[in-house]
Amino acid sequence: MSKAKIGVVVFPGSNCDHDAYNVCKNIMNADTKFLWHKDGSIDDRNVIILPGGFSYGDYLRCGAISRFSSIMTDVIRFANNGGIVMGICNGFQVLCESGLLPGALLRNENLKFICKTVSLKVENNKSIFTGKYDIKEDINVPIAHGEGNYYCDENTLSDLISNNQILFSYNENPNGSLLNIAGIQNKTRNVLGMMPHPERASEKMLGNNDGKRLFESVIESIL
Amino acid sequence: MIFSSKIKITLRKNILDPQGKTIEHSLKSMGYNSILDTRIGKFVELQVEADSLDKAKQITDDACKKLLANPVMEDYEFEIVELK
Repeated sequence: MSKAKIGVVVFPGSNCDHDAYNVCKNIMNADTKFLWHKDGSIDDRNVIILPGGFSYGDYLRCGAISRFSSIMTDVIRFANNGGIVMGICNGFQVLCESGLLPGALLRNENLKFICKTVSLKVENNKSIFTGKYDIKEDINVPIAHGEGNYYCDENTLSDLISNNQILFSYNENPNGSLLNIAGIQNKTRNVLGMMPHPERASEKMLGNNDGKRLFESVIESIL
Repeated sequence: MIFSSKIKITLRKNILDPQGKTIEHSLKSMGYNSILDTRIGKFVELQVEADSLDKAKQITDDACKKLLANPVMEDYEFEIVELK
């Protein structure tokens, strides 16, 4: 069995926490538990997932309030020490708000909440998150967001490109994201943020398991 | 002393504001051709207890930087008055 010990953070308003837990626990057979945000510690976990949802009702800005939730102090410390952190959808927004990832997620350009399966391109498969994919492979993963329009300034964007931090891009841009960005990693390559939901595409029985290899990649990277 | 801080937060000028644009189109279709630009933002009002106006400004600015505005995408400005 893998040595991965996965913690799925639960904020008030998280709603993809059970999907992420189910994939890690029941599909990947990894040691997985929920971490209530007020508990303030990530315990013995060596992979942290910030799940999708509408933490704190998306008040003020998506992820802005969660970023100051007590568990985030420990998540930031863990990430700065090289710990693996994955933010999916609202989790990506929390990571940008906390400064663990550069940039911000703006309102979708067409102002609509978009909920559909989209085609992504794997832009970099030399990461702990995408090792099981082929480079430039097209995969189908659902999105479900109203604020997924990735934005950053020009210098940050050229840094993202030159450091190979862009992991996934949209084949057809749904939301106005710069350079069709769907998912990025940090400079030290231990923090991932992505708007699409791989945890909703990890079981063939549910129609699509293109997202499963992301979890496999991460779990196998823990030796 | 108690101060009132009135904070205005808007998307940075170089960022497309789709809500503002939609409202602008609506205003134009109503015949307001003299309205040239529309931007949408947020308004936050704080009551701040502090020893001086400067201190209240500092607290407000700090709260804006840390939480109320995201400097990656937003600008903010505020006015402060002492409450009688």
